[in-house]
Amino acid sequence: MIWPAFKLSLLVVTVATVLIGVVGTGLGYVLAKRQFRAKELCDAILTLPMVLPPTVTGYYLILLFGRRGWIGRYIYSLTGWSLAFTWQGAVVAAGAMALPIMVKSARAALESVDARYEMVSFSLGKSELETFFRVTLPLAMRGLVAGIVLSFARALGEFGATLMLAGNIPGKTQTMPLAIFEAFISGEDRQAQVLALILTFASVATIYLTNILTRSQRSA
Amino acid sequence: MKKHPGQRSAALLLSLLIPLLLDGKPAHPTSAQAREIVVAAAISLSEAFNEIGRLYHQRTGDSVTFSFASSGELEKQIEAGAPVDVFASAGQKEMDQLQAKQLIDQSTRADFARNTLVLVVPTGSKAAPHSFTELQGPSVQRIAIGDPKTVPAGQYAEQLLRNMQLWPKVEPRLVLALNVRQVLDYVVREEVEAGIVYATDVNIAKGKATVVASAPDQDYGPILYPIAVVKDSSGAQAARGFVNLVRSPDGVRILAKYGFLAPK
Repeated sequence: MIWPAFKLSLLVVTVATVLIGVVGTGLGYVLAKRQFRAKELCDAILTLPMVLPPTVTGYYLILLFGRRGWIGRYIYSLTGWSLAFTWQGAVVAAGAMALPIMVKSARAALESVDARYEMVSFSLGKSELETFFRVTLPLAMRGLVAGIVLSFARALGEFGATLMLAGNIPGKTQTMPLAIFEAFISGEDRQAQVLALILTFASVATIYLTNILTRSQRSA
Repeated sequence: MKKHPGQRSAALLLSLLIPLLLDGKPAHPTSAQAREIVVAAAISLSEAFNEIGRLYHQRTGDSVTFSFASSGELEKQIEAGAPVDVFASAGQKEMDQLQAKQLIDQSTRADFARNTLVLVVPTGSKAAPHSFTELQGPSVQRIAIGDPKTVPAGQYAEQLLRNMQLWPKVEPRLVLALNVRQVLDYVVREEVEAGIVYATDVNIAKGKATVVASAPDQDYGPILYPIAVVKDSSGAQAARGFVNLVRSPDGVRILAKYGFLAPK
């Protein structure tokens, strides 16, 4: 129970972190650099999973991706497959819960990049895309990495939305937080202890790493 | 800082909301006479027990607070010292474990209801099986049962599938739910092709879930629900009153209304 849950958690969280690292940076960039009317409303909607109970986020994810969900029904009728009760579903749940952290961090990191450097790049005839990769991204890198590390930690601890969308199938969708819950309610206290210790250690390590990254950004 | 145009409307919204929050009745009854008991009950009992709870309140003035979950989860909560006065379980195992730890008043323990298992499928589904044996067929991808570790309905379902020699084929398709009502919910939402629940559960999903097979209870059962007063109960007198009401003709009548059978 411990080892499969550990492996699965690592897989789910790694895939989710890579996805939201890319998507979150893109959304953060749009929010930081573009001006449009519903900007703060978009930010608020993207932040929702951070403040809503995870079960509510999970409920919305089921409405979207369940076998009869708004998007899920098309996936199901095309492929006969559905996100519900799969490890990919756990990725979506963990990703949705951690995305706000990534978007917030990315927006702050990208906003802190002095626009004059970008202007110089534009004036030298570089496109926005090239400017992003060669000027903006390197200057915002530390803040972005800190966001990625924090998102990783949040995804690692995801419980409620995962339980609702991916269920609790040992070896298939039972990540570490779910395994702790099941071990606890079925009286297997030792397993719960071991898993809780692993998660605690991993979380301390992530926060420590984030602190180091953000501190050296300030002194740089 | 420049004032954001949204700030004023946000302040207005808050000033409208706050009176709403402050309004309302006091949370606790002022009368010192009315007591409250907490009943932890298997989630399959929820409709029947809510009705018995209303009757109990009418007759005694005391209020009943229910905590519905899987029997295994409730057992662990009581072991951990949850402030519970009465425990009603869907399985004997959970009650036995509390009794072995001397956490229930043994003299109050009694079986008060019986149930059976059925196979349910989403109404109108094409991929759905028509019998327990068809669960091993190719059109069935996922079958929901309660998690046998904590859900008695799941323990009975596992027993049934093992006795029918279906377990090895069916096991990789299982989705384990936290309680029996979640199994039913998975079926209603068509996330699974079939689920195994109690005969009494199906009434709450009328029209959305269809029973395609019933299983005779010699294959897994009998499913007998025990009830007992918890030893640490702060209101043991009232708790006994509730247990007696459940076992009285009125309690039996309400249980029968929701499909529960009398214990053998």
